[in-house]
Amino acid sequence: MAIILTKQSKILVQGITGHQGRFHTRQMLAYGAQVVGGISPGKAGESVEGVPVFDTVAEAVQQTGADASIVFVPAPFAKDAAFEAMENGIRLLVMIPEHVPVQDSIDIVTRAEELGVIVIGPNTFGIISPGEQTKMGIMPNHIYRPGPVGVVARSGTLSYEIAFSLTNGGFGQTTVIGMGGDPVVGQTFISVLHQFKNDPATQAVVMVGEIGGSAEEEAAEYLKSFGKPVVAYLAGRAAPPGKRMGHAGAIIERGRGTLESKEKALTAAGASVVTMPWQVVDALREAMGSH
Amino acid sequence: MKQYEYLAKAVLREHGIPTPAGRLVRTPDQAYEAVAAIGPAALKAQVLVGGRGKAGGIRFASTPDEARTVAQAMLGMNLKGYTVEQLYAEAKLEIQQEFYISVTTDRNRKVPLVMASLKGGVEIEEVADDDIVRQWVNPRVGVLPYFGRELAARLGLTGVIAKELADLVVKLYQIYRERDAELVEINPLAVVDGHLIAADARLNLDDSALFRHPDVERIDEGSALEQKVHQIGLAYVELDGDIAIMANGAGMAMATVDAIQYFGGKPANFLDAGGGASVEPTAQALDVLVSMNPKVIFINIFGGITRCDDVAKAILQVKATRGIPVPLVVRLVGTNEQEGVRLLEEAGISAYSDMAPAAERAVMLAGEGRA
Repeated sequence: MAIILTKQSKILVQGITGHQGRFHTRQMLAYGAQVVGGISPGKAGESVEGVPVFDTVAEAVQQTGADASIVFVPAPFAKDAAFEAMENGIRLLVMIPEHVPVQDSIDIVTRAEELGVIVIGPNTFGIISPGEQTKMGIMPNHIYRPGPVGVVARSGTLSYEIAFSLTNGGFGQTTVIGMGGDPVVGQTFISVLHQFKNDPATQAVVMVGEIGGSAEEEAAEYLKSFGKPVVAYLAGRAAPPGKRMGHAGAIIERGRGTLESKEKALTAAGASVVTMPWQVVDALREAMGSH
Repeated sequence: MKQYEYLAKAVLREHGIPTPAGRLVRTPDQAYEAVAAIGPAALKAQVLVGGRGKAGGIRFASTPDEARTVAQAMLGMNLKGYTVEQLYAEAKLEIQQEFYISVTTDRNRKVPLVMASLKGGVEIEEVADDDIVRQWVNPRVGVLPYFGRELAARLGLTGVIAKELADLVVKLYQIYRERDAELVEINPLAVVDGHLIAADARLNLDDSALFRHPDVERIDEGSALEQKVHQIGLAYVELDGDIAIMANGAGMAMATVDAIQYFGGKPANFLDAGGGASVEPTAQALDVLVSMNPKVIFINIFGGITRCDDVAKAILQVKATRGIPVPLVVRLVGTNEQEGVRLLEEAGISAYSDMAPAAERAVMLAGEGRA
C-alpha cells in the first residue's frame, strides 16, 4: 500500500530529452515505475530508454492514457509545462525544478485546486512508494525498502539520510514524499498526513522539517487527532535569522519560522521530536512500541 | 533580493503612489544641494537592515549647511555591520497619523495576503493582532477597488483617506504581482495634510523571478566571502565559528551545521555544494573552505545523485593543487561509496560512514566540545 502514487499511475516525463530527464527516466524505469511517454517539443517520434516522445501532452495523454507527469524543464518554463499537463487531464504533477518564481507557483497551485490536481513541489525530489515499486522523482533507488513507515520531508538529501537510516534500522516505508524547499508548494504537512492517516499500511510517520514559514506549527494542530505515532526531526537549529539556508523557504524572517516555535508546537501535539537525524530510528522504535 | 529604500520609493512613484520629494546623495556636498532644493529633510542611511532609525541611521537637517555636517558624520559610519555609502535625503513631513500596509505571500494558504493597521510606524511584529486587518487575495481575481474599500471600512476609515487607501491597495498589489515581489510594505503610511503618503517603503523581490526583470540592479547583501561563493553558484552563509562545513543539499547542510553545534563545536559556515554536484564545483567549494583558514574542515556527503567518487576526486584535486593544511574529516556514504572511500584511503584520508562520530571527531580536532 502507498499514498498518492501507486503502481497503476501512468507517468509522463516533461523534458525527457534533457540530461536530467533522460537519466531519471532510466532510474524510474529501473525502479519499476510505469513511464509511458515523454514530452519534448519538436522531438516527436524519437524515443528515450524505449519510451515514446511526443510534442505535446495532449498527444501523449491521448496515445498512452497517462494520468501523472513529472516536470524536468528549466524553471522559467515550469509554469507553462505545469498548465499544459493540468489542462490535459494530468491529475498528479511532480515539479522537480528549483527557482520557479513564487508568482508562478501561486498560479499553478491555484489552478490545481480548481481541477483537483495533486501537485508535489516545486523544488522537490519527488515521491517514491517502495511497497508498490514505483517512483516519480530523483531520489536514489537503493536506499528504500517496503515497510510500514510514511515519510514526509521538505528537503531531499536530508530525507535520504533519514530514509536510509530507517531502512538500516529495519523500518521500511510505504511512501516517502518531498514537499519541496520553496515558500509556496503544492502540498502541506497536513495534506500529506491526512493521506497517511487514511492509509491502513502506514503505521507511523516521520516528519522531516526545517526552519521557515509555519507549516510545522499548522501541522501540529492536525496531529492532535492523527492517531498514529509521529517522529519529527527539524533542521536549522544553528541558523541565524534573516539568512536563507539554501532553500528559498528556509529563512527566519522577522522572528517567524524559528525552530523553537516548531518543536514546541509539535511536542505539545504529542509528536516525538528529536534533535539530530541519527536519533530518528530509536525514537520511532519507542513510539511504535508504546503506541 | 531586498531593494534599498530609494529604489522601492521609485517603484511606488512609478505606480502612482505618493512619496515625499527625495534625492540620493553620496557626498556631503550632494547632501547640501539636496536640502537646498527640497528644504528641511531627513537623511536616511540606505542599508538593508530594519530598525535603522533607532541605530542612528536617520537624522534631520533644517539647512543645507547642517545637511553637509550630518552627511559627513553619517557617510562611512557602521550601521549594524553595514558601512553607510549612500543617504536618501527626503523632505521632512509633518505627520498627523501613521498607518501600516503590506502585500506579501501567505505560505500556508498559498495566496497573496494584504495586511493593514492604523497603528503603523513600528515593526508589524510589535503590533497587537487585534489591531491588524488581514485580507487574502484570490489570485484569479486580483485586487480590485472594492477590495480596498472593504479594507478601509474594516479599518474604520472614512472620507478622503478611505478612498485613497482603496486606490493605494490596488497599486500595491500591482507592484507585488508585476515586479515579482515577496514583500511590498509601506510603514509608516503617513497622513500629512489629510492625505496618504508613503513615508518609508520596503520592497523584497523574488530571486527566482529576476530573469523576468533584467533592468533590476542585482544587490548581493552578503559579506565579501558570501558574495564570492554565491558567484560560483552555491548557497553559502557565513557563521562566526571556526569549523568549516560542506554538505550536499540544503537540508543536509543545515543538519550538518546543527550537528557540529550539537557536539559543542562552532560552525564557520553553511555551504550547500548541491544535491548533485560534480567534481569541479565541489572542488571550488572546498577551495573556498580552505581559504577561510578554519581549524578543521568537515565534509558530510550522503551520495544520492552526488557520487562519492566525484567528491573524493574533488578532495584529492584540492589537496594536490593548493593543499589542505588543516585537519580534514570526511563522512562519505551512498552512490559509488566504495570507489570514493578507496580513492581517499590511497591518499591517506580515512572516511566515516556515519554522521554522528564524524561530526564529533571534527569538533574534537578543533579542540572544542563538551568535556
